[in-house]
Amino acid sequence: MRQIAFYGKGGIGKSTTSQNTLAALAEMGQKILIVGCDPKSDSTRLILHSKAQNTVLGLAAAAGSVEDLELEDVMKSGYRGIRCVESGGPEPGVGCAGRGVITSINFLEENGAYDGVDYVSYDVLGDVVCGGFAMPIRENKAQEIYIVMSGEMMAMYAANNISKGILKYANSGGVRLGGLVCNERQTDKELELAEALAKKLGTTLIHFVPRDNVVQHAELRRMTVIEYAPESKQAEEYRTLARKIHANSGKGVIPTPITMDELEDLLMEHGIMKKVDESIVGKSIAEETAAVH
Amino acid sequence: MGLETIEERKQLVEEVLSVYPEKTKKKRAKHLGVFDESQIQKGECSVKSNIKSIPGVMTIRGCAYAGSKGVVWGPIKDMIHISHGPVGCGQYSWASRRNYYIGMTGVDTFVTMQFTSDFQERDIVFGGDKKLEKIIDEIQQLFPLNKGITIQSECPIGLIGDDIEAVSKKKSKEYNGKTIVPVRCEGFRGVSQSLGHHIANDTIRDWVFPQADQREFQGTPYDVAIIGDYNIGGDAWSSRILLEEMGLRVVAQWSGDGTLSELMNTPKVKLNILHCYRSMNYISRHMEEKYGIPWVEYNFFGPTKIEESLRRIASHFDDRIKEGAEKVIAKYRPMADRVIERYRPRLEGKTVMLFVGGLRPRHVIGAYEDLGMNVIGTGYEFGHNDDYQRTAHYVKEGTVIYDDVTGYEFEKFVEKMQPDLVGSGIKEKYVFQKMGVPFRQMHSWDYSGPYHGYDGFAVFARDMDMAINNPVWKMAKAPWREGKTGME
Repeated sequence: MRQIAFYGKGGIGKSTTSQNTLAALAEMGQKILIVGCDPKSDSTRLILHSKAQNTVLGLAAAAGSVEDLELEDVMKSGYRGIRCVESGGPEPGVGCAGRGVITSINFLEENGAYDGVDYVSYDVLGDVVCGGFAMPIRENKAQEIYIVMSGEMMAMYAANNISKGILKYANSGGVRLGGLVCNERQTDKELELAEALAKKLGTTLIHFVPRDNVVQHAELRRMTVIEYAPESKQAEEYRTLARKIHANSGKGVIPTPITMDELEDLLMEHGIMKKVDESIVGKSIAEETAAVH
Repeated sequence: MGLETIEERKQLVEEVLSVYPEKTKKKRAKHLGVFDESQIQKGECSVKSNIKSIPGVMTIRGCAYAGSKGVVWGPIKDMIHISHGPVGCGQYSWASRRNYYIGMTGVDTFVTMQFTSDFQERDIVFGGDKKLEKIIDEIQQLFPLNKGITIQSECPIGLIGDDIEAVSKKKSKEYNGKTIVPVRCEGFRGVSQSLGHHIANDTIRDWVFPQADQREFQGTPYDVAIIGDYNIGGDAWSSRILLEEMGLRVVAQWSGDGTLSELMNTPKVKLNILHCYRSMNYISRHMEEKYGIPWVEYNFFGPTKIEESLRRIASHFDDRIKEGAEKVIAKYRPMADRVIERYRPRLEGKTVMLFVGGLRPRHVIGAYEDLGMNVIGTGYEFGHNDDYQRTAHYVKEGTVIYDDVTGYEFEKFVEKMQPDLVGSGIKEKYVFQKMGVPFRQMHSWDYSGPYHGYDGFAVFARDMDMAINNPVWKMAKAPWREGKTGME
């Protein structure tokens, strides 16, 4: 059994990328379990064709405690038998969603949700804000992390931060960075930048997923492209990504995250960012005008 | 008795420190000292205090929750104090600290009862505000005579960011302006229970006094409040009668046998009299600044300090009260003399080592001295610099001072200095009794008391005699001390 996880900046397309890739893996005959670890609970909708499934924590809260739940209550089966579980969590602004992730994963493990699958895939909230969201990269969980990113500065910044988290747990738990997946945003020199960042982080750009509107069309129907338009070019892209991930077993690396300055240098090197003139930092218009006279 | 001279005792401190690793030794050295000539001249016991305990040592300290729930708020008898969080903190603070009170428990008073929100995993993940609201509703239904509610936060409340202030305001509105006080006394805050006292004081300032300011109060020129007496074994009662006999009107007890209404009376008094400085100086200073109420520290342990204190309190009032104080002193002196006459011959020259909290490491020294005994070592669990400054007025040259003493240090000091009595808490009691050293619990008065006031002094003297001169010590014989008995 391989355990993988998809991390990346919020809104980058983690859930879309992961579900399409996993659907392609299912096509290849792999048995798959998806564990959604985002309180928004949108990690399985394209597989199940449903808005949101009942979550572990939602049902636990209703029943009293997580011990009152049965696995069948929370696990659904979708496209090509892909098993789906959503961790769920509190509404924004209350409680501790991080603790919720820990509770859910423990429940799933203890109740045999992982039995007989080839892949467990965790789909995690954008930022590793606390220990709870690092749960999937801690000991004996995901072996490889795939970071979904784009050519935008903040996405690259997040990718670097996630690498720091992986590095922290790499020695104690054996988690590795599987590689970067660039979800095209059509920013300047995107491929070049993604490859450069991958190099800096000591990993590779596993695949560059081009932008294609068919993804939106499929999403409107709560479907993956693999299921909605299996003959499309985009479906083939996801199949390629799935094959690459499948072949990437055991090839993960301990990442070498870079500093904020190094990241900015990288952007400047590729002409995305201009060199900052230190003499104007923190000066208001009035101060600048005064300095001229 | 061992180690009489200052030099010997300084050597002992060095010896005790010598077993620590270098870093720990350097840190602990600052908390240990022997009171000597140079410090007498500076007028302070200059040890470091109120600093984080070192991991790996056994500290005797508590936490901020203990300081708020266990000390300041817990004894307010007509309010219900919710231990908000997982059940353990509530279970272990159940039934308070022997804060005696009058009332019908479960009807109009609630001190020895325990209310907890008993947090489960679900409450951590989804937040506990809704549960808290439900508890308040249930309290209102089951105990309609409660005068107010406090929410004593345990650690997880601060970690998951529950908005207990919003719940308090909402429920207060729902129940016609009922006093509901959210207390952010999460145990991980600060270095000891001391911060919990401060936090609790501040909540009285912010959540009780604004309501008190709206209230009518028929005052007299002789109104005082007893601040910082928790009525352990009835301490506040044996203090209150003395104040009343000298002509003062005690309108509030903080917080032993106290009520919400008494807290609200206090901003109207003429003088706040402060026993436990450490736990309630904050609110006393606030009332001085905001309402112009002066405060005076006093000490009701042993006749010498009682007389001194009665006169100091009286000095804030007119001749009627001053005369009243003299009458009280004259009335009780024969009784105090008889107590001394009876017990002093049995206790003369006996030595004591203390380790307690709050005010007692210094305040009880006078009572021991009235009985002819000497305190040769003392220290505070959670004292600050101002406590050690005040201690200088009490201790004699050569007294060993140990701040936040570790289990190892305390055992070693007692083993080498061989006091006739150790006064500390339940965690220390059996360690020293097994060493063959007489022991009294000086937090709970060992289930006895009161020790305050003249009545308390009689009980105090009897208890110390009972501990030290108990024939059982003659029977304790360690196998390795063949032919010797007890502390010989």
